[in-house]
Amino acid sequence: MLEIKNLHARTLDIEILRGINLQVAAGEVHAIMGPNGSGKSTLAHVIAGRDDYEVTQGEILYCGQDLLGMEIETRAAEGIFLAYQYPVEIPGVSNKEFLRIAMNSIRKHHGQPSIKRTEFVSLLKENLSRLGMDKSMMDRSVNEGFSGGEKKRNEILQMAMLQPKLAVLDETDSGLDIDALKIVADGVNALRSPERATIVVTHYQRLLDYIVPDKVHVLAGGKIVRSGDKSLALELEDKGYGFLQELALS
Amino acid sequence: MTSENTLLEEFVQREYAHGFVTDIEADAIAPGLSEDVVRLISSKKNEPEWLLQWRLKAYRHWLTLEEPNWHNVKYPPIDYQASIYYSAPKQRPKLNSLDEVDPILLETYEKLGISLHEQKILANVAVDAVFDSVSIATTYRETLEKHGVIFRPFSEAVHDHPELVKKYLGSVVPYSDNFFASLNSAVFSDGSFCYIPKGVRCPMELSTYFRINAQNTGQFERTLIIAEEGAYVSYLEGCTAPKRDENQLHAAVVELVALDDAQIKYSTVQNWYPGDAEGKGGIYNFVTKRGACRGQNSKISWTQVETGSAITWKYPSVILQGDNSVGEFYSVAVTANHQQADTGTKMIHIGKNTKSTIISKGISAGVGQNNYRGEVKMMKGATNARNFSQCDSLLIGDRCGAHTFPYIEVRNSTAKVEHEASTSKVGEDQIYYLRQRGLSTEDAVNMIVNGFCKEVYDLLPMEFAVEARKLLSVSLEGSVG
Amino acid sequence: MIATENETYQEQHATFQLQFSPAWLVELRQRGFDAFTRLGIPTKTLEDWRFTNIAPLVRRPYALASLAHSDDETTNDEIKALVQQATLDEEFHRLVFINGRYSDEWSLMHDLSVGVVIDNLGNAICDHPSDVQTLLASDHKLDDSTFAALNTAFINDGAFIDIPDGVVLDRPVHLVFLSIGSNHTVSHPRNLIRVGKHSKAHVIESYLGHGDAYFTNAITQVTLEESAELDHHKLQHEQVGALHIALTGVDQRTSSRFRSHYFSFGASLARNELNCVLDGEQIETTLNGLYMPKGDQLMDCRTRIDHAKPHCKSYELYKGILDDRAKGVFNGKIFVHQDAQKTDAKQSNQALLLSDDAVVNTKPQLEIYADDVRCTHGATIGALDEDALYYLRSRGVPAELARKILIFAFANDVVQGVELPAVRRHLESVLLSGHELSEDILSRRT
Repeated sequence: MLEIKNLHARTLDIEILRGINLQVAAGEVHAIMGPNGSGKSTLAHVIAGRDDYEVTQGEILYCGQDLLGMEIETRAAEGIFLAYQYPVEIPGVSNKEFLRIAMNSIRKHHGQPSIKRTEFVSLLKENLSRLGMDKSMMDRSVNEGFSGGEKKRNEILQMAMLQPKLAVLDETDSGLDIDALKIVADGVNALRSPERATIVVTHYQRLLDYIVPDKVHVLAGGKIVRSGDKSLALELEDKGYGFLQELALS
Repeated sequence: MTSENTLLEEFVQREYAHGFVTDIEADAIAPGLSEDVVRLISSKKNEPEWLLQWRLKAYRHWLTLEEPNWHNVKYPPIDYQASIYYSAPKQRPKLNSLDEVDPILLETYEKLGISLHEQKILANVAVDAVFDSVSIATTYRETLEKHGVIFRPFSEAVHDHPELVKKYLGSVVPYSDNFFASLNSAVFSDGSFCYIPKGVRCPMELSTYFRINAQNTGQFERTLIIAEEGAYVSYLEGCTAPKRDENQLHAAVVELVALDDAQIKYSTVQNWYPGDAEGKGGIYNFVTKRGACRGQNSKISWTQVETGSAITWKYPSVILQGDNSVGEFYSVAVTANHQQADTGTKMIHIGKNTKSTIISKGISAGVGQNNYRGEVKMMKGATNARNFSQCDSLLIGDRCGAHTFPYIEVRNSTAKVEHEASTSKVGEDQIYYLRQRGLSTEDAVNMIVNGFCKEVYDLLPMEFAVEARKLLSVSLEGSVG
Repeated sequence: MIATENETYQEQHATFQLQFSPAWLVELRQRGFDAFTRLGIPTKTLEDWRFTNIAPLVRRPYALASLAHSDDETTNDEIKALVQQATLDEEFHRLVFINGRYSDEWSLMHDLSVGVVIDNLGNAICDHPSDVQTLLASDHKLDDSTFAALNTAFINDGAFIDIPDGVVLDRPVHLVFLSIGSNHTVSHPRNLIRVGKHSKAHVIESYLGHGDAYFTNAITQVTLEESAELDHHKLQHEQVGALHIALTGVDQRTSSRFRSHYFSFGASLARNELNCVLDGEQIETTLNGLYMPKGDQLMDCRTRIDHAKPHCKSYELYKGILDDRAKGVFNGKIFVHQDAQKTDAKQSNQALLLSDDAVVNTKPQLEIYADDVRCTHGATIGALDEDALYYLRSRGVPAELARKILIFAFANDVVQGVELPAVRRHLESVLLSGHELSEDILSRRT
């Protein structure tokens, strides 16, 4: 589903990604781990299409198409979803209506009619209760005044509503207590299916107890320095990231 | 803790420390202003004809101007005919070394804590000492010249480097700029000139120390600093004056030019005589300071601690012409007793990606009135330009005032301007807390005030930061109780 | 040139003064006219007019607008259309003024509680002369402003609202000011509002017009007695081409609450001045404003809050959205007098520039003479938030739609401050008109 080949990306000042190679097939869950500053979030945003980063080399194929040539909203419409590490607050914009507009924009992209209001409301209700969210949050502004945990749940709610093909979770576990973590993980697991893929970006092993990955990759110094199965995550937990720095340098 | 203790000791010192008068024979011209006086000043300095003509143009323009009245300061009308426009210590015509400087003058500067003997002075600071209308000594000249840095009195630069002076004089602050700048252009006596050549990082801090001594004398100095491509200089300026019952006028002009990748850091600790507790005497400080970031990636920072003067009227500004250039203004202004300040900055963004930061801390005590007046302008071409301004005022006592007048103009939709201002008083709970921990009320206030100003102090060169803290303690002393 | 202007106005005023009026009014008008002559048309050299060049607009003197004849069928249709456009809710009391004069025909009055007077100034001058005089006397330095002086010189009609002590007005009062078929004419509505002790009211002023190059020069004077509450709304929808200059002066006594909601959409040049004097303790004042100039419009918003006594609070939020070649001016002053200890004043001004040809000038000012106060102001000017734009787009919302959503959201803050649902609905529909978005996009304040 996703094929990243020799990807290099930089901001104005520094090169962050230095030759990433990654293949994610439909039905798989991949975890990307690594120390702070290793380029994990950059990779997530390059997939989503943030234009603060300049791709200097390499390519990304998504379902066989050139992803880097697509606008941000086209990528979203084609099924890419990024759950943000720091969801943006948008004062004045209704959470509920934003979600409806997003759904309809995506439907429009696929030549489908807008969702009926009643249908939308019942779908929303269902997902809210599954994620243990209060429906009053829907009438508030997008993420405004939400606690860290509420913001993350809101991201998962959006994901559940938009039903992406490829979900990228950027440090979704940060700032969550254990209960919230379980609820978020349940939300992600509910979306697991043979047609979908998930990339979980995380600093800690903890989340992977709940979202069990098929493959684990370790990112350091802008490169994937090791790949393996779930046991790699445990090994990392054990040894820390220190030894990886050497791998990255060599 | 030791330095803290010294500060507290300084705090109880009750007098303006620099208020003594040096008894020295002066060569002064009669009070009053006319074309003849302008010609006389020019001839005393043996100036070239072009400079005299420039002065005369300025003088004629000044005659057409009216004194500004938009500021929020009050003072009785100034009689410009009563002031003396030139006064210089009598000395031998040409000095060959510092040993030839009149010992009384050297002593004066010793008393001010500025030694002009190179072996004794602060390492790595070159000083140009300006006494009334003339520069009397510049230290470390040779060391600087080895690096190609020109640092000398303005009047000498006119003779030694006329091409540079001619090219840059008035290029940032034209003679017609404003009432006080025009007056300065007509009668300026001396000042400092610095030129940092391409790629040179000036090996030491440059400093000018201004002293007004003579009675009824106005001081009109002019400073010009040019940093060529890739050059860097940090420049310090200090000022004091004797205690006199009359108000004295100080109308200076400072021009800075930074070319591509050049950086100028300009720090001021202004401690002109502020007048007595009843508001008698003190310096009227009407100063025009402006820097031009002409080159790409150039940077100009103004850092000022203003504790002196009866009236302070100055707006150190930066014109951000070069793309990616940076302008900064960090200021602490204190008005105690009857002092008044109308000060702030202007940041004019012309180039792309230009950035400016303004941090202004105003402290009012007694019946002091402190005004922040700033202008931020984003011109049409200033794509992605950014400004952030923060103006905080602290009030001590219930008869003082703090006023904030920012002007913001934006003509580019990608530019972003943010301005924040707040006014608060020294909290009684804060004082209570510190006293409970054993501090006296005055020490507590001192500590709170220093904390309030920390952001700006941290940016001052070390020696200056210490001096600034001391000055602040002295000027606020007696304002609580 | 100036002589000609003055001569024209002089002549107008002399003719105007010929009508039958009580002596005190004739004298007041004369004083106004003298002040106008003394002050003259302001030029850009005056600090208060630095960014607003009014002189060219008023160089050709405006003729005094006369009452439009509604028996003329076209005019009648125009009025009907405008009244319909202005109507917020049939349940509101509605006073319609056409070209500065009260029109009984188009107004709609419901029953009033005992003692409440809602009338036009013309009637009130006859029926309640002493109340009118008292309310007119609340000064606000009206003699220091050219246009306020000009209004005083031509006082004739406007709204008169007098609510006695202890009355909660059950229906909002909607004042509708229409300018019709007026070619280079001026009207000078003068509105007087008094809310008695512990009373409460909602007032809305709407300004609309048909036909360009007319001039509305309005003054509203508000007096809030002890513990009185007033929500004052102003919806400025003048025809593009018109000149709109207005001053609202508010006197607040102890424990009163005043909330102003100002919305500026129309006119070629709209200058609105709002001055509040907090002359008592425990007063609360809230000033909310939204100005949205586009094309070549210039909108100049000026507010001044005088904290004269201790323990008062003021909150101010003004937002501007500027497009095309529009110009916006915000000048907000908070003045804290020496006695006004424990003042809590917050001011915020934000502007959104949608075009590189638009210009905004902002001058938020704090002038503080008391030491135990908490005063802050903030001003932000910039483009739309890039992070928010990216967030919306990464959820599939196309860039152009995302931009619109963010613009409405920016304005929404001020709209949601309005308590009356009918007014809020009106504003939402104005904001969203011509777009496919539903007003549900605007999150509600809870």
